[in-house]
Amino acid sequence: MRARSVWMGILSVALAASVVACGGKKDDLDAPDAGGAGGAKVDAATAGDINGVVSFDGVAPKNEPIKMNADPVCMKENTTPQTQETYEVADGKLANVFVYVKDGLGSYAYDPPAGPVEINQMGCRYHPHVFGIRVGQELDIVNSDPTLHNIHALPKGNAEFNTGQPIQGMKTMHVFNTKEVMVPFKCDVHGWMNAFVGVMDNPYFAVTGADGKFSLKGLPPGTYTIEAWHEKAGTQTATVTLGAKETKDATFTFKAPAAATD
Amino acid sequence: MLHRFAKFVAGCTVLLVLAGSLVTSTGSGLSVPDWPTSYGWNMFTFPPSKWVGGILYEHGHRLIASSVGFLTIILALWLWMSDPRRWMKWLGVSALGAVIAQGVLGGLTVMFFLPAPISTAHAGLAEIFFCITVAIALFTSPRWIQGYGGRILDDSRLRRLATATTTIIYCQILVGATMRHTGAGLAIPDFPLMFGHWWPTHWDAKIAIHFTHRVGALLVTIAVLATATAVFARTSISELRRPAGLLVALVVVQVSLGAFTVLTRRDVWINSLHVVCGALVLTTSLVLTLRTWRGRFADGHVRLQPDGTTT
Repeated sequence: MRARSVWMGILSVALAASVVACGGKKDDLDAPDAGGAGGAKVDAATAGDINGVVSFDGVAPKNEPIKMNADPVCMKENTTPQTQETYEVADGKLANVFVYVKDGLGSYAYDPPAGPVEINQMGCRYHPHVFGIRVGQELDIVNSDPTLHNIHALPKGNAEFNTGQPIQGMKTMHVFNTKEVMVPFKCDVHGWMNAFVGVMDNPYFAVTGADGKFSLKGLPPGTYTIEAWHEKAGTQTATVTLGAKETKDATFTFKAPAAATD
Repeated sequence: MLHRFAKFVAGCTVLLVLAGSLVTSTGSGLSVPDWPTSYGWNMFTFPPSKWVGGILYEHGHRLIASSVGFLTIILALWLWMSDPRRWMKWLGVSALGAVIAQGVLGGLTVMFFLPAPISTAHAGLAEIFFCITVAIALFTSPRWIQGYGGRILDDSRLRRLATATTTIIYCQILVGATMRHTGAGLAIPDFPLMFGHWWPTHWDAKIAIHFTHRVGALLVTIAVLATATAVFARTSISELRRPAGLLVALVVVQVSLGAFTVLTRRDVWINSLHVVCGALVLTTSLVLTLRTWRGRFADGHVRLQPDGTTT
């Protein structure tokens, strides 16, 4: 009788441990790794900004021409010659560069993202081509084209997904659970369509526009490693020390590959 | 009639191999993200107006594969009901099993985003299925059933050589499939040199796979030449000489296509024809090998009727 009670006790403990272990595992998988949760909030009274510009030195390589004849709809929507968006250079300034705080942030708690981010398949292109999103923030994937697309994400840290959107106006929602710079998107139907998203656990990121400018606002005082990422030119980093209420500049210059300047 | 139908199925399988190779060569493997449906439609009712871009290749491959699967069901039933040889009945069943497994592998590789092991297994099983259809076509041919008039020598050395050659070719195809599905096709970007030298100057996993495929091509060429030389030296019968000659010609074409695949930076059609030609090299070698083994096959009380059918 006593032995039976002991065995029942052992079984009960094992069962309880299994339930706890399994339950814990599920939570780990489902909960977005938002980063900074539980830390102090950034003091707006001492926060500063880092502004800057990304330049391009030399002659940018010509972007690859795109043949859209595989899909009559894409042909109809793009009547002029089309090229890839790889190098968007104007007046020596480089667009589509993702700039973010790579290192130096402590454990802060940030306000949740304002709303969803949208990537739109329009004119058989992704709009935007490069963008950032927060961990746990809703990504709305929209197909505005009167043709079908599949959006195929190829992350290394997050879960890969491949979603078909055969009907114009379709909208699909996705959430990334882990910080990752960068996650490529591609459309396997239209091989030229690609985009990149930087998934961040903090709000300090920006993408350069046609003027090459970026701004990281509301950073707490500290010394930061700022990285500028470009899909072809690679990455560059800069170290910036920011005092209370300071505004500092950071500049990046990507050089043309040797073959392009020859 | 059964023989003609078996040849038709084998011919359709060549088309299927071409369609499959085009899917990989064009990078269209995930252009239809769902399976067995196509963008939510039943595969057979998916509107042709939506077969654009990569979908044309992936969906086309699925439809051709379904057709070959349907033809294989007929072939297996036909063999089961009309061929008196017990092992032929089961060969038909094995063809059906292979084509079903092949379909499942194709679906799995889509659902798991083209993992190299599943995609390579899909390519490897495709070759086995093709070999089975060609073997059925051969075994149902009147000449095979008649035993080629008893003219084929019982030559154990030739049998061993031909069998080894077929095995080497299949292994080489598996290495090629691994290279294709791990993205190692241009890991060594020049030909015939390797990074400007006769031996790679540096190594990683992809370079090693690519290098193995080039070494494999050399081994296949040596094995095929040895087999063909042995055939022409030892026998004058056309049933062995013809496939031996064809095998040498196909290997020349295949090596050239492999070289041009690298030199053209994986041109879609050259790359795809390289896959198809590889399958033809394998099955030609298989036919030669099986014919060298003909004397060892039991007749199974098969009688050939004047119209070419068996009883």
